[in-house]
Amino acid sequence: MPKAPVTFILNDAEAALFVDAGAPLIDVLRRGVGDLTPKHGCGQGTCGACTVLIDGKAHLSCLTLAETVEGKRVDTTAGLAGGPQLHALQDAFIEGFAAQCGFCTSGMLMAAKALLDANPDPSRAEVIEAISGNLCRCTGYEPIVDAILTAAARTQRRAV
Amino acid sequence: MSSIEFRKDLFADERDDNLKEIGKPTVRQDILGHVTGRTPYYDDHLFDGMLHMRAVRSPHHHAEIRSIDTSAAERMPGVRRVATARDVPNNLNTLLSLINFGRDDEPLCAHDKVRYRGEAVAWVIADTERQARDAVAAVRVDYSVLRHVLDVEEALAPGAPVVNEVYPNNSFDYHAKYDHQKLRFGDVNAAFARADHVIEAEYQMSPIEQAPIETCGAIAAPETNDRFVCHTNTQALFFSLGTTAKLLDMASSRLHFIGGTAGGGFGGKVDSIVEPTAVLGAVLTGRPVKFAWDRHEEMQVGAPRGGERWRLKDGVMHDGRIIAREFTGFFDSGAYMRLSPYAIIKGTGHLPGPYSIPNVASNVYCCITNRTPATAMRGFGITAVDFAIECQMDRIAEAVGMNPVELRILNAYRDGDMKAHRRKAKNTALIECCQVAASKANWPISASAASQSSLAGGGQGDRGAIPESATDEEGRIGDRRQGKVATTSPSKSASGRVPAGTHTEAIVGAPVQNPDMQIDAERIGHRMGAAPTVPTASTTTSPPATPTSAAPPALAPGQPVAPPAPPSVPAPPVAASPVAPQQPAARSPVTPAPYEPAQPFNRGVKRPGSSPFTSGFRRR
Amino acid sequence: MLSVETYQTITEAAGALGDRSRYIAGGTLVMRAVTYGDQSFDRIVRVRQTDRNIGNDAAGLRIGAGATMSDILASGDAEVLHPVARLVGGPALRNMATIGGNLFAPNPYGDITVALLALDAQVVMANGQSLPVESFLSGRDQLRGLVAAVTVPRIEPGSFLFSKVSRVKPKGVSVMSIAVSSRRGDPRVVFGNMGPLPTRARAAERALAQGSDANAIAAACAVCTEGLAPVDDALASSWYRREVAPVHLRRLLQNGGRV
Repeated sequence: MPKAPVTFILNDAEAALFVDAGAPLIDVLRRGVGDLTPKHGCGQGTCGACTVLIDGKAHLSCLTLAETVEGKRVDTTAGLAGGPQLHALQDAFIEGFAAQCGFCTSGMLMAAKALLDANPDPSRAEVIEAISGNLCRCTGYEPIVDAILTAAARTQRRAV
Repeated sequence: MSSIEFRKDLFADERDDNLKEIGKPTVRQDILGHVTGRTPYYDDHLFDGMLHMRAVRSPHHHAEIRSIDTSAAERMPGVRRVATARDVPNNLNTLLSLINFGRDDEPLCAHDKVRYRGEAVAWVIADTERQARDAVAAVRVDYSVLRHVLDVEEALAPGAPVVNEVYPNNSFDYHAKYDHQKLRFGDVNAAFARADHVIEAEYQMSPIEQAPIETCGAIAAPETNDRFVCHTNTQALFFSLGTTAKLLDMASSRLHFIGGTAGGGFGGKVDSIVEPTAVLGAVLTGRPVKFAWDRHEEMQVGAPRGGERWRLKDGVMHDGRIIAREFTGFFDSGAYMRLSPYAIIKGTGHLPGPYSIPNVASNVYCCITNRTPATAMRGFGITAVDFAIECQMDRIAEAVGMNPVELRILNAYRDGDMKAHRRKAKNTALIECCQVAASKANWPISASAASQSSLAGGGQGDRGAIPESATDEEGRIGDRRQGKVATTSPSKSASGRVPAGTHTEAIVGAPVQNPDMQIDAERIGHRMGAAPTVPTASTTTSPPATPTSAAPPALAPGQPVAPPAPPSVPAPPVAASPVAPQQPAARSPVTPAPYEPAQPFNRGVKRPGSSPFTSGFRRR
Repeated sequence: MLSVETYQTITEAAGALGDRSRYIAGGTLVMRAVTYGDQSFDRIVRVRQTDRNIGNDAAGLRIGAGATMSDILASGDAEVLHPVARLVGGPALRNMATIGGNLFAPNPYGDITVALLALDAQVVMANGQSLPVESFLSGRDQLRGLVAAVTVPRIEPGSFLFSKVSRVKPKGVSVMSIAVSSRRGDPRVVFGNMGPLPTRARAAERALAQGSDANAIAAACAVCTEGLAPVDDALASSWYRREVAPVHLRRLLQNGGRV
């Protein structure tokens, strides 16, 4: 099987490996590098469970040809916490009961991070728009939207 | 904004609020794993040299399999094994055989014919998923297409094609007697005759896919000591283990199942298909094998909540009291039975909804069609009929010109009322729900309706007793297919009557298997010691009682009865399906004989030395 | 067995295309086909750097085929397409999906193409040839070559209306999309998912050419499904689409601005 070399930055560390021709980024992250945080939900860009950041922008890793991330920066939920210190989004998700089965959570967090990095003080409508490509079957979304707003408010050092 | 309002003022004395956890916000114990992405789902277990297994699936609803040519697929790059039905040691099962319910009717892999679009006819195991997919496309199956049936009532018609030969009438056989589940409580036909309005309507619910974000899947791998480990996202780990042991004819002690973490399930992950398939792959190749559905398969072959059709007929008085309710229900089980026949029994116990109605009859059919088999989903067996019932309540309110909330409060069941399945209602709260909902929606209700309570007036007089019931024996197994039964609705003419109450004779259902399953005798409405009840003219002809604002309506004037003498021993439960009275009912002995199963309880696997946890006598 | 070929220029890539090959840009269509085992191709052709430039020139708005929905939303020049691009997928998908790919998206996708047909856009091929979207679509399946860019003739602000009907809020796949444009009394009404390809509702266009008052709108809605063959899929039946199309067209024309 033809292989292609790919080098990219994954959560501050360099990843260099050979990937199968045509492999999607999610397979390379999960099976190649061993970063299991992106989840495979649909393989067609509908559910958003595989959302990662490529050069800071949200992308669907199931629809990304792995070799196109050559030289780019990829961020996943595995790199969200700074050591033992959780990201504000993670804390807010925990307190706000914003996950039940947890399968959409990684993708939700990355979609939310992309939003807050670009827009630290979003409106509720902007939060809803930012996660509109991420499906959740358990929560009904409201706790997730609340948690993202809580994290934004805390990061902005405002009282909730 | 999400907000929850606790109405702790309601039923305050029925609840202990000094609990440490219950009723208080808490942090999920698994959520740290979720937000850090470390929660180990089945697919997060990495195995060196793991192979990928994919199914070859039927493009037809119904077709005979003439031949399967796997030779080209076997020569494809990366292909390790192509498997067919011949590789499944015991290729016939029904999910609930583990609790001795139903007949084995479903192969893991179709061999003689396919019964729904997407049914597996072969599998390919290859080094990569892509190679497996390429080889699947190279398997040639020669089909001879058969006539199919996709509608429940067409499936019951005499000329319908036989979908599943194990159930040649396209319907489940209930209690070895009828082609439907019967419920008879009181006499609906007599009540319809005196009702001021008779309201009929049909309701239908399409199949609904559970659509978990994580599709069904399993990874199986050889372990030491000739065992196989299986990481799975099943919602029913020991069901899946027992099913795998049966289909693969393996001692369950050779199976090491690891689960408990599912990326959503909602009922769609109980069917135990991916687990035996993955373990079969591991057995055939000696390598770790992953078998998972992609999203398209999850939608096409993942069992949904089945479609249902319900016809309701209500007899209603001018004042809004419902005096009779009749159901004709059809469950679309798809090509195989799985859990639908059980869901119907559960659903029948729910009829006629949360209302006190003195005359109820129901025929519910579990139909086999050439659709994807149906399975569990949140409240299955209840959801569709509840939709039908509540739509029907609005129709009734319109017909009698009544506030729909007040109509519900008028007919609501209350603590102590006898339900049609012959258990007394307890912890009822419909009235309070209606009152709170009306107030939240600013929907005005009368002071009288606002003053009602689920705790007051329930079980008074006939509300708490089992009425004399008209029975019939229409719809015996096979009669419909021979054109002997014209209608599907409950019979218009009774062929027998079950006396009111159960006096000293119990109608014996399945004996309880554990003492803690014994129903509290006080709750099941026995009128022990009452004189054998003879139907009296007054029961059917006297004018209906007028409801008063404070007291709930009497269901029907009845004879004064002697206070029930509690049975000296817990009485066996009453079967929801009354048997014909002339049939010699088992005499309720003063002391029921201890339960001794005639057959050893087993999970369908008859093998020497098998685990006591999956076979042998049920422990007492 | 799959292979990926990477070229420097779109002309080279166009030359490398042949049987059993697919060109990949954003990946939202091709990678899905790869993952689901599409047996119709095994060569994936790509260029290292796609043309993502958006700008106005003499002919109007020019959008490089590699421009993503997010690129369009970030460009003030492409403002006319903002209400359309905003309705495509979620943010992650919009960061990937390109306008070039959208021209090839099968039902129920391809909302931008519905708009481009209404706007009378031209498709510029890698070999320099330029053709109207309408003829591009009718020959799409036999097409050889690659799309280099799309040009959109200038249109007065407010003369273009778009709506996407979905069953999921805030965002879902389209049951149908409707684009209406009016240039100098020459209205165009285009439906997506009301046929195998984005389709002009010519009877409705003729009715709107008579005027833009309530009577003309009513007349246009009454005939808007004439000649259309609505899609029958899991999202909605053909019957349903035919029933609701006039309702959605009327809402768009009445509430969406002047036409």
